[in-house]
Amino acid sequence: MKKKNNMQNVYLDHSATTPTDEKVLKEMLPYFSMKFGNYSSLHGFGREAYFAVEKARKTISDFLNCKPDEVIFTSGSTESNNLALKGLISSIRSKQKDVHIITTKIEHDAILEPCNELEAQGVEVTYLPVKKNGTVDIAEFEKAIKSNTVLVSIMYVNNEVGSINDIEKIGKILKKQDHKIYFHTDATQAINFLDCDVEKLNLDMASISGHKIYGPKGVGAIYIRKGTPIKPIQTGGHQERNIRSGTINVPSIVGFGKAVELAKKDQEKNNKRIAKVRDYFVKKVLEKIPDVMLNTDVDHSVCSHANFCFVGAEGESILMALDIEGIAVSTGSACASGSLEPSHVLLAMGIKKEIAHSSIRFTFGKHSTKEEADYVLSVLPEIIEKLRIFNPLYNKQ
Amino acid sequence: MIYSEKVLNHFKKPHNQGVIKNASAVGEVGNPSCGDVMKIYLKIDNNIIKDVKFETLGCAAAIAVSSALTDMVKGKSIDEALKITRQEVVNDLGGLPEPKIHCSMLGVEALHQAIKKYEEKK
Repeated sequence: MKKKNNMQNVYLDHSATTPTDEKVLKEMLPYFSMKFGNYSSLHGFGREAYFAVEKARKTISDFLNCKPDEVIFTSGSTESNNLALKGLISSIRSKQKDVHIITTKIEHDAILEPCNELEAQGVEVTYLPVKKNGTVDIAEFEKAIKSNTVLVSIMYVNNEVGSINDIEKIGKILKKQDHKIYFHTDATQAINFLDCDVEKLNLDMASISGHKIYGPKGVGAIYIRKGTPIKPIQTGGHQERNIRSGTINVPSIVGFGKAVELAKKDQEKNNKRIAKVRDYFVKKVLEKIPDVMLNTDVDHSVCSHANFCFVGAEGESILMALDIEGIAVSTGSACASGSLEPSHVLLAMGIKKEIAHSSIRFTFGKHSTKEEADYVLSVLPEIIEKLRIFNPLYNKQ
Repeated sequence: MIYSEKVLNHFKKPHNQGVIKNASAVGEVGNPSCGDVMKIYLKIDNNIIKDVKFETLGCAAAIAVSSALTDMVKGKSIDEALKITRQEVVNDLGGLPEPKIHCSMLGVEALHQAIKKYEEKK
């Protein structure tokens, strides 16, 4: 095991963002100053940009098993999610006022807040509960379907605990309905680890993002199946088949394409490596630290996540104490979010508020090592012990 | 959200953390379901706060506030201690990020509660 002070940058927050892969960066660089043309221009500079973007679009459409023109580039998953929900509902409501959406209680805010906005406009929204392991109960889902349900939006992989929803099964159920129900998934956290074949999953829309898969920030895409009615939420320059106006972000899209190519090529190898480190870490944490809850159901989660509650120690202070040791993680404590409530995901999983405040999410990536896990294990037990001593309520008379 | 150097120093090595057995007064505020609880112990002699200790469940800001406040209180008379405002605690820490300002309240409230209990007991 390395000495404490020898490791200063242990990054275990890959669910927040990932470092841009060097191969991705190399691919992007010529498109800033040398090949800087506008994708929409008719001249040679424009053509150069056009072909680069279309190459990326093809790579991404191959990955999703869709047609290239069903991939619309955006600024990231937040925009893709907004476009999916508001764009579809706005289009449908021009003909049918009484509409119903089904989503879940564990979605990212980039789904929940647009849903809240739509509710304020008179749309009915069902927020499905989840099981203790953070996955949607299929029986509950089936019960929620109504004659006016027009859209189901259920995340593929939860960002906080890593739980995987059975998108394929949900897709099959939706296909059997008498009336058309559009199916969207926020696949942001899934593309690194899982099969995202939109045909197999029966998806009409899917949101993906570059920076979660070792690509650049500020770029993403939405898959929109041909025939899905979408009213743009941003208008102007008519780019992306008039669905998403705005000058095409050529270097980032080139990088995004490369990142998807690498993710696909190395998926199996990376999954195995990451799972090995994560599983080792989980086992050791549970051995070394008393009174810990594992919130990640490792049998129904992606291999990157290990989310714990360290009962009696507050999450933000654990995060800060780890940061002082050079270790980067995140927490579901209210204190870190600026709101008064702890993680809505943990609460939906039935975890009490006072426990949810003590949650820490470790997310491993393709560069994470056992040595890094060992370094965390060399400082974490002391940090938890110290914070528990500070706590006036923990194991005190 | 960025913490000042002073906040981090208090958080790394909090001053006056612990318990006073047979304290003259104890104050406890907060709620674990909100994620923060502060307990303050005072040893009072001739109206002077001779010693002070704290136990806190909470974020780095809550622990830093507890540490800084207890430093400010030590050696002061009860009247002087009661005059300490949350803004003074925030200033002493070199500022707090906006979402953390409420943490300074926790310390001042715990202190006031302890002193109130002491006065009632007298």
